[in-house]
Amino acid sequence: MPNSPLSILRFRIIFVICWLALLIDAVVVLHYFGLSWQTAIIDSAISNGLLLLACILILHTLRYYLPRSEQYINIFSICVILTIIWLVVARALLNLTLGGDPVYKELLNHSNSIRFSIAFLLIGCVTMISILWYNLQEQKENENRKTDTEKLARDAELFKLRQQLQPHFLFNSLNSINALIGSRPEEARKMVQQLSDFLRGTLKKDETQWVSLQEELQYLQLYLDIEKVRFGNRLTTETHIDENTNEMRLPALLLQPIMENAIKFGLYDTTGDTVIRLITEKKDNDLIIRIQNPYDPETSSPREGTGFGLKSVKRRLYLLFARSDLLETTAKENTFTTIVKIPQS
Amino acid sequence: MKKVIIIDDESLARSIVKEYLQKHPDLELVEECSDGFDGLKAIQQHNPDLLFLDIQMPKINGFEMLELVEEPPSVIFTTAFDEYALKAFEANAIDYLLKPFNQDRFDKAVTKWREQQPASVENNTLGLLESASMSPHQKQRIVVRNGSKIKIISVHDVFYLEAADDYVKIHTQEGYYLKNKTMNHFEQTLDNNLFVRSHRSYIVNVQQITRIDPYEKDNHVAVLRSGSKVPVSRSGYGRLKEVLGL
Repeated sequence: MPNSPLSILRFRIIFVICWLALLIDAVVVLHYFGLSWQTAIIDSAISNGLLLLACILILHTLRYYLPRSEQYINIFSICVILTIIWLVVARALLNLTLGGDPVYKELLNHSNSIRFSIAFLLIGCVTMISILWYNLQEQKENENRKTDTEKLARDAELFKLRQQLQPHFLFNSLNSINALIGSRPEEARKMVQQLSDFLRGTLKKDETQWVSLQEELQYLQLYLDIEKVRFGNRLTTETHIDENTNEMRLPALLLQPIMENAIKFGLYDTTGDTVIRLITEKKDNDLIIRIQNPYDPETSSPREGTGFGLKSVKRRLYLLFARSDLLETTAKENTFTTIVKIPQS
Repeated sequence: MKKVIIIDDESLARSIVKEYLQKHPDLELVEECSDGFDGLKAIQQHNPDLLFLDIQMPKINGFEMLELVEEPPSVIFTTAFDEYALKAFEANAIDYLLKPFNQDRFDKAVTKWREQQPASVENNTLGLLESASMSPHQKQRIVVRNGSKIKIISVHDVFYLEAADDYVKIHTQEGYYLKNKTMNHFEQTLDNNLFVRSHRSYIVNVQQITRIDPYEKDNHVAVLRSGSKVPVSRSGYGRLKEVLGL
């Protein structure tokens, strides 16, 4: 339910001031037409008091019932009817209180059309303003709902995407630890430590947080170290970090899905040795990160998408920077490259 | 002595199976393989009695590999996490080992295998492969054997399928491949919005169709981009019209 404009103090004050102005104006005009001050004040108070009631009625009704554009003719008729009712009631009350004075009665009988026009104009204005106000409120509410829904869908999607990799990764890592316990207990212990640190990192990090490149890379290293235990000599990583980029900042856990994607296509879906490269550089005050992995064009058909995690990274970058050109991918001669640009503020 | 092969892409995963196998001196480990291609070769070479097979492996998964084996041996599947695989196992009463597993659980699986009737094993395995091919991953491609080579065909590259005795001919740009399956199998597993059974013996990829011409009195023929013509029966024409939104 939208709020009434009168629920806001500023509008309430404006509304009261307008009404007082109208009241005083009417008194002055009536006095100018030859009524005594007292009669003018009583007339003005009664007619404008009733008008105030009519306006509040309109404001309140439109809060619950907002006409669609094709119903504006109804609104017009309602305004006319309301004005007529106002006129009849006001006249009856004025006759009752001031009817004894024949001069006043004369004036009252001659002022019907002008009273009607002024009241209709005012009621019409209030109606129009209310419709505009409530439409705006409704639009705002719709927009809020849309952003909320989008956010929910996004969170759910991210959660689902993470779930696709995590259980697989987790259980396979536990299986490797299980194997190491028998043959190389020291290494098993080390891997338990790495796995715990990695999982703690995923749980602790808030995706709205910004971290330095160095921190993000340390975290990625944990993940890569675990994969190295699982896949032994098959996985090699090469990193080329530009010294200027160490302290540059990026959204937390942004590189994680990109690396997972590189591992998924580069390691899980190829046989033989795999080299994953990570290169960073500073360019025009942007942080540029390149991640390269080999892939097999025959089994990972591009139609199946360029990886499940990249879409969410792109979306995240768009939400943060309102730019859709910050994530690029190229596939050339069995090498898949993902390039991320992070503008530094 | 019974012959055993382990197929898993992680060496530590293989080593734990090897370790547990030491308690079963009558099972002889003849080979360890790190992917489905090697696995296939090893199976042909050794004709093993039992396989320990991982599902998620590079290039072709465990199910796809098994589909290419003419007479699949008994299999104990080992997997970490795969929703579709688990569903397929449950549906076909197949025992499987969830990683990580301990010696007890391993011994139970082996005991169960020893007690099973070979005939029921074969039936269950066929049912399993049928269920597994319903997974979204496997719906995207068809794995075939071309001589000694293995070919992975993306379903988008398939022009049409044609029944040929016990086989199905899969027609593509490079010619056709044979797969030991039924037309009904493909009709059920392939995406209904992409593939239509246009005729008792034909399934056509609708994205390849350029036009449909009348042919003889009641029939039609679909002309593909490649120029090939695929027969369309009367009921097939109805199905095609529905999918193409005519």
